[in-house]
Amino acid sequence: MSVVVRTVTRLLLPAVVMFGAYVVMHGHLTPGGGFQGGAVIASAVALVVVAFGARRIRRHKETLSVLEDVGALAFVVLAFLGIGGTFFYNSLAGTGGLFGQEVAMGANPGALNTGGMLPLMNWAVGLKVLAGLGSIVLLMGLLGGDDDR
Amino acid sequence: MIGNLPFVVCMILVALGLWTLMTRRNLIKLAIGIVLIENGVNLFLVSLGYVRGGVAPIYTYAPQGVPVNVPMAMPTPQALTLTSIVIGVATTALLLAFAVLIHRQRGTLDAGRIRELRG
Amino acid sequence: MSLAMHVPILAIAVPLLGAFALPLMAKVHHRLRDLWALVVGAFTVAMIVTLAVQVFTVGVQVYTLGADTPDATLGPQGFPIRITLVADAMGAFMALISALLGGAALIYALGFLEESKGKTLSMSLFLLLWAGMLGLKLTGDMFNFFVFLELTSVAACGLIGYRAWESRPPEAAFKTLVMFILGGLMVLLAVAILYGEYGALNMAFLSAQIGGSLLDRVALGLLLGGLLMKAGAVPMHMWAPDAYGEADANTAIVLVANTQAGLYALFRVVFTLYGGAATPEVGYLVTTLGALTVLVAVLMAVVQTNLGRLVAYGAISQIGYMLLAAGVGLVTLGVGPEFGRVALQGGVFHMFNDAACIGLLFLCVGAVRRAAGSGDLRSLGGLAHTEKWTSGFFLLGALALAGIPPLNGFASKLMIYQSVFQLSPILTALAVLASILLLAVFVRAFQGAFLGPRQSMSGAPLSPAMLAGMAVLAVVVIAFGLVPDLVVRHLVAPAAEALWTGRDVYLAAVLGG
Repeated sequence: MSVVVRTVTRLLLPAVVMFGAYVVMHGHLTPGGGFQGGAVIASAVALVVVAFGARRIRRHKETLSVLEDVGALAFVVLAFLGIGGTFFYNSLAGTGGLFGQEVAMGANPGALNTGGMLPLMNWAVGLKVLAGLGSIVLLMGLLGGDDDR
Repeated sequence: MIGNLPFVVCMILVALGLWTLMTRRNLIKLAIGIVLIENGVNLFLVSLGYVRGGVAPIYTYAPQGVPVNVPMAMPTPQALTLTSIVIGVATTALLLAFAVLIHRQRGTLDAGRIRELRG
Repeated sequence: MSLAMHVPILAIAVPLLGAFALPLMAKVHHRLRDLWALVVGAFTVAMIVTLAVQVFTVGVQVYTLGADTPDATLGPQGFPIRITLVADAMGAFMALISALLGGAALIYALGFLEESKGKTLSMSLFLLLWAGMLGLKLTGDMFNFFVFLELTSVAACGLIGYRAWESRPPEAAFKTLVMFILGGLMVLLAVAILYGEYGALNMAFLSAQIGGSLLDRVALGLLLGGLLMKAGAVPMHMWAPDAYGEADANTAIVLVANTQAGLYALFRVVFTLYGGAATPEVGYLVTTLGALTVLVAVLMAVVQTNLGRLVAYGAISQIGYMLLAAGVGLVTLGVGPEFGRVALQGGVFHMFNDAACIGLLFLCVGAVRRAAGSGDLRSLGGLAHTEKWTSGFFLLGALALAGIPPLNGFASKLMIYQSVFQLSPILTALAVLASILLLAVFVRAFQGAFLGPRQSMSGAPLSPAMLAGMAVLAVVVIAFGLVPDLVVRHLVAPAAEALWTGRDVYLAAVLGG
């Protein structure tokens, strides 16, 4: 790709990743969440693939697949943590500790420290989705290139 | 009648998708047909949850005090649509990956010319 | 607070956990991965058996996800909220089938798959598929029904097509995936219609509401179409021979379980969800499709030259028998003559028998392919000289499938013949004829592949794990044939009863009193 595309990609990349991370982290407060934020971050991977070619980052394929497993595993393990009540029971909500702040009523911007298990699960899903969609994009890029089989 | 217009649009999308599936033989176009049907169904799901004059279904934004009659849009269809979009992403990616593999092996995307499996 | 309370979700969550952790284990060492797969498999089977014991001795088990306690299904106004799992006798029975096939497939896969050819990927996808199937069988609400359906679709197609270095698996997988997605979307549309009409997704709640309006019938049509596609009934069977024929042997038998999960979903819809608004027309439709499936599949089996595809058409024809039996049960549902109950029992029993013998046959096909390097009947021959176990198991499976006494297939087919006869003697004649034809086909296949002069072999010998996988299924084939009345009384009759009269019990268990 041309130098314009590459430069713009370099400039945009941190912003895209940052915005994706924001969407993931505020998933329990604002529209969006793990999947949407993860997809935004994965679009950064797509940007890189388009601008620099998939082969430049093919060595990260393994990393992405490990991250995907870790994300999925974290989600299931978080669900298992609720098994004192039931599977998926939100055992952190309203306890006052981590993510355990009581939710204020009325129109308010919301506090990050609420939601119990939900933010953690959003992170897990975000990790899974960014790695999963990232590897899909990367693999499609690698498959599509005619050179270097 | 005008309230049913979104549903009509959804069904048109589904019909277009089915038309694509039946008349096209290019694997990518088949995938596009599938995605059209999927989007039609997803739109149908979302439009089911619409409540006229309703507010966004956010817990903390729920109107407090005496006039509690402000309706909320139904959150369930939105959650369902999201889930189905996620599933759609996975299936579409898988479908396209197989199409790419087939193209690499046979050099064609024409469904009529890649039939090794018959009978 | 005991683990026993959480059995329904553990049966789904443990294979899911196993599937995600398996690639990480493989990074450490491949022996650790095999051990992990075995541990996960054993735990899953143990959970399913525990669940089945609970269901068959105590009654319907309900589990609510995310609630304070597992039985807190109902919201403040007696309106079911949250995601529920419901295991009744039929669901538990089906879970047992997937435990049998999944366990056998897992053991077989350990010896069958090759390290350099995506063993980790295949086993991980297998566990995912297993979790999806179990979820489909235990879920109590329509939306997760769809989610698990799609989970099985994606995992199954991944398993069919993961051998990207060969030319035919991706083609088979593409075909199958298109059918599965279409079926899944039809189900989703039906779920959306039902939600729009009643504002709920809980199956029991919906079942109590559905009265047979126009929208209900549209939704039923969509559900029937989608699930028949998934079950591979004629005329939506096009994907099945490709998928079965091209997949690895261990995948093929899980696909059999997957197809049966689709069939179970169909039963759940017509008997439980629409049980209150049942009309004989649907029953006649299902019966007709069943008869058609039996006939078409057997006729197609006659002309096959590939052992895998031949067995695949055998598998499709057995789906026809189950549909036939279920259709007869559906025609008489609510009217209540005794032969409807017998038909259902026969159909349900046949599901288990079909799983065991078709599974055994597919595993034998895998062993043949491995030993001879191909499944082409025109070049195969004389395998009985070297592959004594495989040939014995193949003969056993073929005879059981064709319904030769005293093997298990005979017991269930007899029940189907007897009861279908009461509805229509012509259908019975047709079913018997198809059965005889199927026997001829399999005898020819056996003769072609196993008998004859010894030929030089190119492939690898049978590994102990493969033998163990086949032996598990062979034992079931023989044992169920020896004591069919015991099996029918303790397993099959309660399961069939759950469909026949169990709707009220199901509704009461979820919605209360």
